Amino acid sequence: MSEPARDSRPNPAPSGFAMPRPGASSGGAGTAAAGANGNGESAADAGAPTPLDPEQTVDLGAEQEMLRINEILGRLDREFVGLAPVKTRVREIASLLLIDRLRQRYGLSSSRPSLHMCFTGSPGTGKTTIALHMAELLRELGYLRKGHLVSVTRDDLVGQYVGHTAPKTKEVLKRAMGGVLLIDEAYYLYRPENERDYGQESIEILLQYMEANRDDLVVILAGYADRMDTFFRSNPGMASRIAHNLDFPDFTLDELLTIGGLMLDREQYRLSPEAQQAFAEYVALRMTQPRFANARSIRNALDRLRLRQAGRLVNAGRPIGRDDLLLIDEADVRASRVFGGGTADGGGAADGGVAS
Amino acid sequence: MRLMQGTFSALPDFTDDEIKAQIQYAIDNGWALGVEFTDDPHPRNVLWEMWGLPMFDTRDAAGAMTEVTACRDAYPNHYIRVTAYDASLGRQTTALSFIVNRPQHEPGFRLDRQETADRQIRYTLHSYAADRPSGDRYGNGSV
Repeated sequence: MSEPARDSRPNPAPSGFAMPRPGASSGGAGTAAAGANGNGESAADAGAPTPLDPEQTVDLGAEQEMLRINEILGRLDREFVGLAPVKTRVREIASLLLIDRLRQRYGLSSSRPSLHMCFTGSPGTGKTTIALHMAELLRELGYLRKGHLVSVTRDDLVGQYVGHTAPKTKEVLKRAMGGVLLIDEAYYLYRPENERDYGQESIEILLQYMEANRDDLVVILAGYADRMDTFFRSNPGMASRIAHNLDFPDFTLDELLTIGGLMLDREQYRLSPEAQQAFAEYVALRMTQPRFANARSIRNALDRLRLRQAGRLVNAGRPIGRDDLLLIDEADVRASRVFGGGTADGGGAADGGVAS
Repeated sequence: MRLMQGTFSALPDFTDDEIKAQIQYAIDNGWALGVEFTDDPHPRNVLWEMWGLPMFDTRDAAGAMTEVTACRDAYPNHYIRVTAYDASLGRQTTALSFIVNRPQHEPGFRLDRQETADRQIRYTLHSYAADRPSGDRYGNGSV
C-alpha cells in the first residue's frame, strides 16, 4: 500500500538525474534560488513598467510607500547616530532614483545617474559600515541587481609582477558586478615615489570599468580626507568620475555616548548610573588624547570594560547571579589608565586594546 | 550545416540579453561558470580550450558576460560555449552548456566509410573545417 501513498505526494522531489521542468519548483537549490531571485527583484518589479499619460498625476508619498523608501531611510536614521551630512546625501540619492523612475514612466528621458562615491573621514566614523548599507539600499531602490559588497584594498587589486595586475583587477571587478566595490584606503593604489609601481595600471582598468560598466557596478573609494585629496590631484580622471563626495564628520561627545549605549545594548551589558557618569568622563578625556578613533575607540574601550568586569567577578569569591553578569560598575570604568591623567590607553600601539 | 551541440542549440542564436538571463539562472543555482572555445567542434571533442579560469564567485551575470565578450573579441570565428558546473554532492557534473558564438560559415561534417576485414564497413565523422590547420579553419579573423 505504500505505492499509492508515495504517488499522492503533492510535489515529488526529483532524484538522481531527473530533469525538473523549467519553472516547476524543485527541491533544495531550485527553491532557494527562486526565493533569492524574487527577493532581488522586488523593488524593480514594484514600479517600473506601467507607463503614465501626460495628464496623470502621481502621489509621491504612495510611491515611496510602495518602494519602501521611507522604511529604508528610517532604518538608516535609527541605526546610525549622527552623520547628518551622509544621511542627507543618501536621502537625496533616494529621491533622485525615485524621480528618475517616475520620469521613465512618463516617457521622459532618464539617464542612469552615476553613483560612484568617495567616502572621506577620520578613522572609526563608519565609512565601511555605511558602504555596506549603501549596497543594500541601492539594491532595494532597484539601482543594483544584487547589492553585495566586495571590500578590497591595494593587495587585492595590484599584482606582483608585470602582467599580473590587469587580470587580478578584472577578477575583482567581475566579482563585484551587480553590487558595490569598496576600495579601502584607495590612495595606496597610487605610489608616486615608485614610477614602475603597478598601481597605476590598476587605476586605469578601474577607470575603464567605472565608465563602461556604470550600469553594473558602483565603486566607492574610502579613506582619510587629506590623503584622498592628494590621490585625486594626481589622478584627475578618477576625480571626475566620482559623482558624490561624502565627508564623514567626527562624532560629538553625546553621539559617542549614544553609540556606546547601543553597543552595550547589543552585547547585553548594562552600566550602573555611577558607571555611566564615569564613562561619560572617560570618553570626554579620551577624545582629547592622540590616536582617538571615534566609534572604534569606544568599541575598544567597551571591550576593556568587559575584560575588567570579568576579572572582578572571577576574583570576587562569592556566588554570582545573572545581574552580576549584566552589570558593569563604576570601579570597572575608573580603573582605566586614562583617568590616571597620563598616556592614552593602548600604550604604543594605536588603540590596540592591550592596556587597561 | 548548423552545429547543434549543447542546450538550446535547436533554437535561434541567443541575443546578449538572453545569454545573460541564462547565465543568471546558472548563478542563482550556485553553478560555476566557464567560457570555452574551439575550432574543432567534433562531437567527441568534449574538452574545449578554457578562456580564463572558471568563475566561482561571480554574483551577477554582467561579470561573466564580460568574459564572453572578451572571448568573442579574441576568437570571433571560433565556437564559444558557456558551461555551468554543478558542484553539489551527487551531481558534480556540467549542468548546462550552450553555444554563445559560432563562425559565420559552418561547412559541417561528412561521413567517411572505411572498409576493413571481412567486408566490414566502419563509419566515422569528418569535419570539413578540420582539413585546414588549427587556427585557420573558419575563415580569416581567427587568431
